[in-house]
Amino acid sequence: MSSVEQVLAGPGVSRRLRRAPWHGRLHGSERAWALAFLAPYAAVFLAFVVYPVAYGLWMARDPSLYGELIANPLYARTVVNTALYVGLGVNVMMFLALLLSGFFMRRRWWIKALLPVFILPWALPAIPAFVSFHWMLIGEEGLINSLLALLGVQGPLWFHDRRLAVASNVVAYMWKWMPFWTLTFLAGRTAIPQEIYEAADVDGAGGFRRFAHVILPLLGNLYLVCTLLCTLWTIGDFTTVALVSEGAPAYSSDVLATLGFHYSFEAAQPSLGVAAVLSALPVLIPITILLMRALETREVQL
Amino acid sequence: MGALTSGPIRRPRGRLRRVFVEAASVALVAVLLLWSLTPVYNMLLIALDPDEGDIEFEGIIWPPDPSLHSFHTVFTQGYWLVADFWRQLGNSFFIAVVTMVLTVVIGALASFALSRMRMRHGWWLVNAPLLTYAVPASFLVIPFSRLMVSYGLTNSLWAIVVANVTFATPYAILILRQYAALIPIELDEAARVDGASPVQILRRVYLPLMAPALAAVGTFALLLAWNEYLYQYVLLSSTRNMTVAVAIAQFFNTDESPWNYMMATALIYSLPPIVIFYALRRYIASGLTRGAIKG
Repeated sequence: MSSVEQVLAGPGVSRRLRRAPWHGRLHGSERAWALAFLAPYAAVFLAFVVYPVAYGLWMARDPSLYGELIANPLYARTVVNTALYVGLGVNVMMFLALLLSGFFMRRRWWIKALLPVFILPWALPAIPAFVSFHWMLIGEEGLINSLLALLGVQGPLWFHDRRLAVASNVVAYMWKWMPFWTLTFLAGRTAIPQEIYEAADVDGAGGFRRFAHVILPLLGNLYLVCTLLCTLWTIGDFTTVALVSEGAPAYSSDVLATLGFHYSFEAAQPSLGVAAVLSALPVLIPITILLMRALETREVQL
Repeated sequence: MGALTSGPIRRPRGRLRRVFVEAASVALVAVLLLWSLTPVYNMLLIALDPDEGDIEFEGIIWPPDPSLHSFHTVFTQGYWLVADFWRQLGNSFFIAVVTMVLTVVIGALASFALSRMRMRHGWWLVNAPLLTYAVPASFLVIPFSRLMVSYGLTNSLWAIVVANVTFATPYAILILRQYAALIPIELDEAARVDGASPVQILRRVYLPLMAPALAAVGTFALLLAWNEYLYQYVLLSSTRNMTVAVAIAQFFNTDESPWNYMMATALIYSLPPIVIFYALRRYIASGLTRGAIKG
């Protein structure tokens, strides 16, 4: 952590920083500069977000596509899988990440030494990681079943059972992304002034009470923001399922992103594929609005 | 708050409890080590096997005859599936580096305008980037690939770059804005009173103070590009324009399946981001959410 941040982090968790930066409105050349600074992003946003989304909605405009989806049991199962995958993957991961961030706050050299190893999955690219998960679990020869065999247990065929396949995807996803969120919470915790911990300590609030009355109120909003952001990202996750279970057995562990891919590229029905993924919009948009609102709440009440 | 004792209250069971906590910590460290390293070990296990195309690993947790043969094959491009390895690695590098640079530049400019200059319709401008996440990247791949045809970017590395930049910048702007809120606005005001133009404030005040956050955001973009697979798979068709990520997945499409070569390729592909990541690590953790709990 650099010294600049230490200075900037400082005390005053509830300091208000929302004053008008430039007094009054911008004028003349400053306004032009502000627009110029925003122009590159605006161009990216229009050309590569607005346009593709509009194009996608146009591709999936035919209502009969949605009737076709609903009539297909594969679609219903995929929706359930996606809900399971996101519900478990996000919430279990975030809660564990929050707890682990507390663990990494402990001042022991061997805990500090563990941190670089623990964040390795995040640094490791997704393709190699998930290909490795695939091989750890496939058939009877994978590493996990080999290890289980050493213990005298016959491991299951992980990708022959829908529930086990979905669970494998969830675990692989958590393995890859938990370090990222743990680091995020760790940074949030280190930003809590030390005096607050000390005050809680003096008052005898240890363990659970400190967690409930100090950590949660202070990190609550960060936790909410991260959970919402992670939910959006997980709903759109393609790589994990595409590489770990590959949808096996027989597309039954697919999520929306991979189903859309199958429809578009393997079944050559791109409009149906786009309709399948865009059917998640009624869930995605409220989450995005919640996220925006949570980001508005920028102060922590002490 | 405000008890006057000096230090934590010691309970009689204190020592026993401490021993228990230490033991539990050690156990947790062991579990986390296993958790983090098992998939990596699995990659090594398969890569070190000299036997091409064989994965009869029943009950094996250590390669019976470890050799670096598969790494050698990949380095010398000695097998048709890895025949363009170095070029593909170069493509991956190109995509990652250009994505990183563009994300940092676009993000820095936009976050400066959004957090340091008061704009009309500020709320909309501030939140528009987040709208990007309302439709995840993977959901847009089909319309995106059609658009790339009309933009003339089929089978081009630039198509991947713009896709990555599109989905990395919203998060970058979010993080940069939160971090920027920690920099006292008085600095800008003082510079402004001294007659500094917005460009000078950006260069002399904003960018130097934002350096840790910029490093964090740059690393994020780099890792995003290195993690990305779907767009590369859909948009790059020729072997020479392919990236290593797609090349690894190509192994699944053949019957020969030399898995040791695939894992060796995967391990080599994993190294650059790991090196960069650990080199920049001290910025990342802090840069990510320094501002998160105070906004």
